[in-house]
Amino acid sequence: MTLLPQGLPGPAPLPDGLDRPYWDAARRHRLVAQRCNACASWQWGPEWICHACHSFEIGWAEVPLPGRIFSWERVWHPVHPALVGAVPYVVVLVELPGAGGIRMIGNLAGDPRAPVEIGAAVEPLFEDHEQHTLVQWRTR
Amino acid sequence: MSARTLRGRVAVAGVGESEYSKRGEAKEPEFVLGLRAILAACADAGVDPREVDGFASYSNDRNEPSRIAAALDCRELRFSNMQWGGGGGGGAAAVANGAAAIATGMAETVVVYRALAQGQFGRFGAGARRERVSGDPALWLPYGLMSPAQMFAMRAMRLMHEHGIRQEAFRAVALASYRHAQSNPRAVMYGRPLSAEAYDASRWIAEPFHLYDCCLENDGAAALVLVAAERARDLRQPPVYLLGAAQGSERRAGAGSHNNPDYATASFKTVAPRMYAMAGVGPADVDVVQSYENFTGGVVMSLVEHGFFSHEEANEFCTLENFSAPDGRLPLNTSGGNLAECYMHGLELQLEAVRQIRGQSTAQVPGARVALVASGPMVTPVSDMIVGAEDAL
Repeated sequence: MTLLPQGLPGPAPLPDGLDRPYWDAARRHRLVAQRCNACASWQWGPEWICHACHSFEIGWAEVPLPGRIFSWERVWHPVHPALVGAVPYVVVLVELPGAGGIRMIGNLAGDPRAPVEIGAAVEPLFEDHEQHTLVQWRTR
Repeated sequence: MSARTLRGRVAVAGVGESEYSKRGEAKEPEFVLGLRAILAACADAGVDPREVDGFASYSNDRNEPSRIAAALDCRELRFSNMQWGGGGGGGAAAVANGAAAIATGMAETVVVYRALAQGQFGRFGAGARRERVSGDPALWLPYGLMSPAQMFAMRAMRLMHEHGIRQEAFRAVALASYRHAQSNPRAVMYGRPLSAEAYDASRWIAEPFHLYDCCLENDGAAALVLVAAERARDLRQPPVYLLGAAQGSERRAGAGSHNNPDYATASFKTVAPRMYAMAGVGPADVDVVQSYENFTGGVVMSLVEHGFFSHEEANEFCTLENFSAPDGRLPLNTSGGNLAECYMHGLELQLEAVRQIRGQSTAQVPGARVALVASGPMVTPVSDMIVGAEDAL
């Protein structure tokens, strides 16, 4: 059971390897993000250089939880054939205070018509697909 | 006057557009629409199209200057310019880039244009159909975050959360565009008024955006002709002078996966002050505003960031009456704009600002001397321009 139907575009790691650690970790049901080996700054989305200190020695670290809902939307108009009949659904922007306040995007599990509260604590829900794993969210 | 300014050095001499139509209903291909807009702008200016020696556009317009210059037998091509960045954020920047070329002697007659036939080439509002996606889109497309409305809805939701801004503020932006379109025969929504009740009853696209909070998708083309200020005084139309322009965005506006540090912003907080400084005017001097509407929430952000009211004043200020020509406190999008005239990727807003200063708008603000155009809220880079009449110099 997945939050959205099958048939949407799936993620493929970049050929240059930039984001492979993230997708590999998700496959193992671990949530990681970029953390600079030189200055310990968190960074998301993935980039080749640390925006804080310009070191190219970027590492990956497990993201401390929980996250908090920073913003959200409820989608009613499907713009992809796979989503016809699957609306509404909720997209959340999750802030991760334990990881320098970086933000990640996913769907929110539960009744898609229920009220959504900005600031609510959320934790990841690893959603396995045949070839990849998505990081979804559920309230604590 | 400092040498490092565009203020008063370049003027818009002509404006023109193709017929505007609903997506897929254009009678001609996109390139032809573009040519018709350019010829109309040249005719309006009283300039021979063969004199055009520069072109500036934005958002990866498909119609290259070299092809246009060959088709029109322009005597020489001296400036061929594309503004980086997607969406409508480049509209004012394309004007500024063209003006900069003239002010620095790189070209004499520059056409700024945008041609966009979504019927011929596919709509912006359709979700990606690819099986696999990589890079930043891999972090949102698989979650059904696919269309522009969906990409910007969370910014608007955060704006409402942070500042208590209500849906009625967004609604006022939509109602003003539709009201102004009713006097504009060019407008796609001419003859199709919108009431507050119809707005409220309209379906959600992505909360907090109703159907009428979202721009149209259209087929058409628009163009304007820039020349040096002293030359503009000898041409057909009263010159409309570029007073100030700026482009850009705040720190890390382009961070991936919605990680721009200042989230609920239209990205004008650094750009608008630079434009005002060059123009030598402030918000109180602006007679009429054209503010790009991809989505109404972005317009509210944009107006705040241009100093017309504060976040805390937004609910009180954003009313249909305040936004209406001829005598509202801040007449807004007086041609109908992207919501109701035509989604000409915002360039119709530049044309409308020129018409206001000439006194030729279909929703004229009496005696308008200073008009502001804000291109592309919530994208990066955005851009800004102010134009004015002779007595605003």
